[in-house]
Amino acid sequence: MATRAVEVVYRGIFQRTLARNIVRQIVFAARKDGKIGTAFGRYSDSPERNGIPAKQFAVVADTALELEESLAVYEATMVDVTINVDDTMCKGLESWAWYGLQPINEVTKPGGTLIVTSRQSADALLEDIHQKKDPYNLSIIPSTVSFSGLWVFKDDHTDMRALGAMCKACPELVSIKAMLESVQEQTGNEAKVASVQRAFDRGTSRPVEPGEGNTETPFSFDMPGWKTMEEGLVIRAQKEGTGFRGGEGGYTPGRSETFKKWSTRSMRPVINFDTCIKCTLCWLQCPDTVFDITPDGLYDANMEACCGCGVCEAVCPVPDCITMVGEPEFNDNSSQYDAWTADKDGYNKWMTVLVEKQKSETRTHGFHHVGGYAEEIAASEEA
Amino acid sequence: MATVKPRLYEESKEELISGSEAVGIACALADVDVITAYPIRPYDTVMQYVSRLKADGAFDFDFIIAESEHSQFEIVKHASAVGARTFSGSSGVGWFYAFEAITVTAGLRMPVVAMVGNRALDDPGAFGVEHNDAMAVRDLGWHLYWVATAQEALDMALMAWRIAEDPTVLLPFALSCDGSFLTHSQAIVQVPSQDQVDRFLPPYKRGTLQLHPDNPITIAPQVNEDWLMEIRRQTDEAMRRTSAVIRQAHEEFREIFGRGDPSPFIEEFMCEDAEIILVGMGTLAMPTRVAVRRLRAAGKKVGFLRIKFFRPFAAEEVQEALGDAKAVAVIDRDYSYGSPSGGGVLFHELRSTLYPLDKRPLMLNFIAGLGGREVTVDDINMMTETAQKAIDTGKIEQETTWVSVRE
Repeated sequence: MATRAVEVVYRGIFQRTLARNIVRQIVFAARKDGKIGTAFGRYSDSPERNGIPAKQFAVVADTALELEESLAVYEATMVDVTINVDDTMCKGLESWAWYGLQPINEVTKPGGTLIVTSRQSADALLEDIHQKKDPYNLSIIPSTVSFSGLWVFKDDHTDMRALGAMCKACPELVSIKAMLESVQEQTGNEAKVASVQRAFDRGTSRPVEPGEGNTETPFSFDMPGWKTMEEGLVIRAQKEGTGFRGGEGGYTPGRSETFKKWSTRSMRPVINFDTCIKCTLCWLQCPDTVFDITPDGLYDANMEACCGCGVCEAVCPVPDCITMVGEPEFNDNSSQYDAWTADKDGYNKWMTVLVEKQKSETRTHGFHHVGGYAEEIAASEEA
Repeated sequence: MATVKPRLYEESKEELISGSEAVGIACALADVDVITAYPIRPYDTVMQYVSRLKADGAFDFDFIIAESEHSQFEIVKHASAVGARTFSGSSGVGWFYAFEAITVTAGLRMPVVAMVGNRALDDPGAFGVEHNDAMAVRDLGWHLYWVATAQEALDMALMAWRIAEDPTVLLPFALSCDGSFLTHSQAIVQVPSQDQVDRFLPPYKRGTLQLHPDNPITIAPQVNEDWLMEIRRQTDEAMRRTSAVIRQAHEEFREIFGRGDPSPFIEEFMCEDAEIILVGMGTLAMPTRVAVRRLRAAGKKVGFLRIKFFRPFAAEEVQEALGDAKAVAVIDRDYSYGSPSGGGVLFHELRSTLYPLDKRPLMLNFIAGLGGREVTVDDINMMTETAQKAIDTGKIEQETTWVSVRE
């Protein structure tokens, strides 16, 4: 039976139109191939929250009957192609309707393809992407992440490149011929048609072997049943905090053991402990009680609690004391304070490089966009 | 009032749209005069869509964003009284907030058409589908219909104005669309041409009941016990009359648009010679049909009956469809706490429908898919097995079962 599915993983609200364009275009193109399809968003992501990972799907079948068969399962449990339009989500996904961390490739089927828009190498991405027991393929569309701010669709052809790469990775789903015709018909834009063709021509993929990738066990927990859940829709307050990590002096706030949301962030704060004036503002303004107070009065950000909002950077009165840095620079959630106390010179050197690099990055905090579309399209063509 | 006739679809055309967008297109094709809106998910998807049609100049209508659902439904009620074709809608507790206006709309015989984007009632705040919201109008003189596909959403919206505005009926129409599965999923839909719609749907004429300076009338008086029963009986009679109107409209619909089930009230899927028949409403049809098809392929005599019109309820057709079954398994995407079997609303309706039969099937009830939880093919298989066990042993161990609930 020939039913095929694609999921698009995207940052809620910021990339909604991008994701929608991709899944709709797949169904239109499949129609040209004489197939029938449907496109839908994962309703439990809805209403979308800013930047929180979300999914949309396209399901294509040869006949209406086959389509109905496949839709007996609302959210596909296996897809032929996963398209991830922000590489920082390679670390895993947490939806706002919290049920743990899902690997980016969780539903990519054996032999399927994970397509990622990224400036990173496959090896760098595989440090983040969780290992699978079955082989699959990794295809990278070399490009800067497509963000323009709240609800704003950045028409930088990321959707077109994803479609071209998808036709290359899974021609059984939609032929490139049908895709080109359909894009021409839907957009009437030659440049977009050319972008699809170029991504198709340049699309390459690298096989990923079973067991290759991030070996971390994704965070999960058991959801309670009706007999164990407290009645009356009660959510208990977090327990009181303790001294720093349970010891003497300082302070570690009570935090939920199950509710974490680090995959929401695409950047994280990096702290210069030497220039910190201990003014308390980051600690006070942080909406997620991310900061532990160390016994010496510094502030250490807990990366399992941080959603990357950047308020700390905004309120910090000291230049470059707190800098939001892109997530691709990090492979774990370890404590910066621990790294600094272990090797101050080493830490400061590492931090200075990151902070300087950040100044030339196009990824800015709050999913804003720096630079013009034209330059970016040209740059990605050269890449 | 809208003066420009929209010509969105000169020719019939395929579109990739959600159930909500399908209803929005139906509004344009039906040339609705007044639409009132107040945002609540998932109904708001239709509000967004008609807003876009208006902004694009594709569909001209009076668009009133009310300050609450209560006003939203008051406004269409009044607009309907002066002869405007109307559309409104809501979801979950938003629909409940409008309830005073909703009850009087039927009482005053205003043929308002509303889309209920089915949503779980608060609390807890949840966006997924449950049927209790729309179900609340079942006793009040509203037509109540459950849609299964985006195509059906478009088709039934057109049917809704035709039926509700019939001079012998004049009762409002609630079009229930499962949140998410219908309101947020895009499917290929055949949109009819404007000419086809014009042939099917005559203009709304309220006649001597129209509130107009040339027809001076007062409506909605206060009455006492000397008057009320007769008024209730009139509404009751209108609800009885509507069945024939529905049949007639359905026949013409099939003729003009070339699609539609044999019956407007129910859909029978592999029910012939079935020993076990599953019964459900709305998008439950999708996994259930798939499960039934597979069970049939494995030689099991299983069928599925989809109730489309919950009001009016086609008791005779349902008796006919279920009368020869050995067991009937009713899937409720709703609940009725403290009800006779502690089961759902649909179950009790069906048990009551089948009671007069000489030979009554065994009846089981399954509460499933609340809050939008997926009802899977495995769930349906479990229900079928439970029903088979009841047939084999001749007794029902448990009338009501909650499906896929964590213990």
